Amino acid sequence: MYSSLAAAIKDAEAQKKSLGVLALETESRDQARPVAEIRDALNRALAVMRRAVNDGMTGDLHSASGLVGGDAAKLRHGPPGPLSGTPFRDVLARALAVQEVNAAMGVIVAAPTAGGAGILPAVLTGLATARGIPDEQVITALATAGLIGAVVAERASLSGAEGGCQAETGAAAGMAAGAATEMLGGSPAQVGHAVALAQQATLGLICDPLGGLVELPCVFRNATGSAIALAAIEMALAGITFAIPADEVIDVMGEIGREMDVRYRETAGGGLAATPTGRRLARERMVQIKRSPG
Amino acid sequence: MVSLLDIIGPVMVGPSSSHTAGACRLGLLARCLVGGTPEKVRIELHGSFARTGEGHGTDKAIAAGLMGFRPDDERIRTALEIVESEGLQYRFEKTTLGEELHPNSVRLTVERGAHSHVMVGSSLGAGRVFITEIDGYPVEVHGNCHTIVLLAEDVKGSIARIAAILAEDDCNIATLRLTRKERGGDAFMVIEVDEQPGENVRDDIKKLAWVRWTHRLDKVSA
Repeated sequence: MYSSLAAAIKDAEAQKKSLGVLALETESRDQARPVAEIRDALNRALAVMRRAVNDGMTGDLHSASGLVGGDAAKLRHGPPGPLSGTPFRDVLARALAVQEVNAAMGVIVAAPTAGGAGILPAVLTGLATARGIPDEQVITALATAGLIGAVVAERASLSGAEGGCQAETGAAAGMAAGAATEMLGGSPAQVGHAVALAQQATLGLICDPLGGLVELPCVFRNATGSAIALAAIEMALAGITFAIPADEVIDVMGEIGREMDVRYRETAGGGLAATPTGRRLARERMVQIKRSPG
Repeated sequence: MVSLLDIIGPVMVGPSSSHTAGACRLGLLARCLVGGTPEKVRIELHGSFARTGEGHGTDKAIAAGLMGFRPDDERIRTALEIVESEGLQYRFEKTTLGEELHPNSVRLTVERGAHSHVMVGSSLGAGRVFITEIDGYPVEVHGNCHTIVLLAEDVKGSIARIAAILAEDDCNIATLRLTRKERGGDAFMVIEVDEQPGENVRDDIKKLAWVRWTHRLDKVSA
């Protein structure tokens, strides 16, 4: 797979292909597997994503600690806000739904990780539903997202323990922004700008989960990460460009991750996890987890 | 090489790709070392696995992997109850295995019948795993290929014999690594192959007089 988005964009433009098609062909060559087989695997991933979105909307899921759950249903059925009835509110609900399923040990697709697993399904299935986009195109968009994620894995990191939340929900926002921009008709160059616009907004984001659990703030970071992706998509499709290329924004993310103090890398030693309330809640809930039969 | 399906995947039971899916894969690999579900296991959790493992179901996921359940198997949630009902003896401990080891690591001492092995492995994030040690020998196994591990007396021409057996089965060698603790001591061989080797490969390798034991580690990731 590619380790530079600029190189992939150049090849896609030269071959007059979308980045998604280029990603499928490259994967097919790298792994010596037919494209149809890779599309099948992505189709199965899409089915799991959709099931998680649906299961998460019921509102009766609870995480091991009980810190999160039921909020996706509030966006779906709760009092209206200024964005009710728009894809924006629907995408937020979907992101919360997938993460609530994840926190309750349900089945999700780690894309790129479990902690950031809500953003890509929320943005892609939410916008595909709003615009009536067929599954074939959503599957190609998943390949686009995979290519973007592979570039981030090669140049920076996809692990909160290594690079903070910018490497998990940040990377997921970049993947979702680029993939959806292409799915909605954007050119490879516009995909690059969408990735840069999303990723720049999450630079420096720390990983500070209460008690080290993938719950708080992770669930909400998936919703706000989706909001960032939507903003990037809207801007990129309007023709807005970001002067710093995506590869360089990703490099900076990696550099910040390497410099980030260990307290801010999934250890629950800093950030929200180390606030007085964060510490108290983590203490109380860990006792509850140990008592629960599983 | 990063695969697209590593990024869009794995399909897994939550909540953490490193603490749940990766932990399950480490259990799956340790299980392969004894050729089936081990009856008795000592599970020593290190670093973040020890500190936040319970909340992530790391204990359940490792037990599930040891019993052959894959990361997307919903039985992970009740794995500890299944261990109990099956009469398996899995003991969990929290420990420190050394400063240089990855924060998400575990040492598994697995026993099944006459077989007993010790494996140290780490979960690197996004569900990717890495075995660093088997029975005290330093190894590098990622579980993204079919892998053959074997312990043999240090005799000349051993690699050529094994390579010939694999060639006969039409198995292409991707990587081969040989380590030993001292000159003339036993040699530990890790061979990653492109195709799944047939049952006859293990039987043929076992027949070699100088091979002490061999097992096939399944491919556990994309």
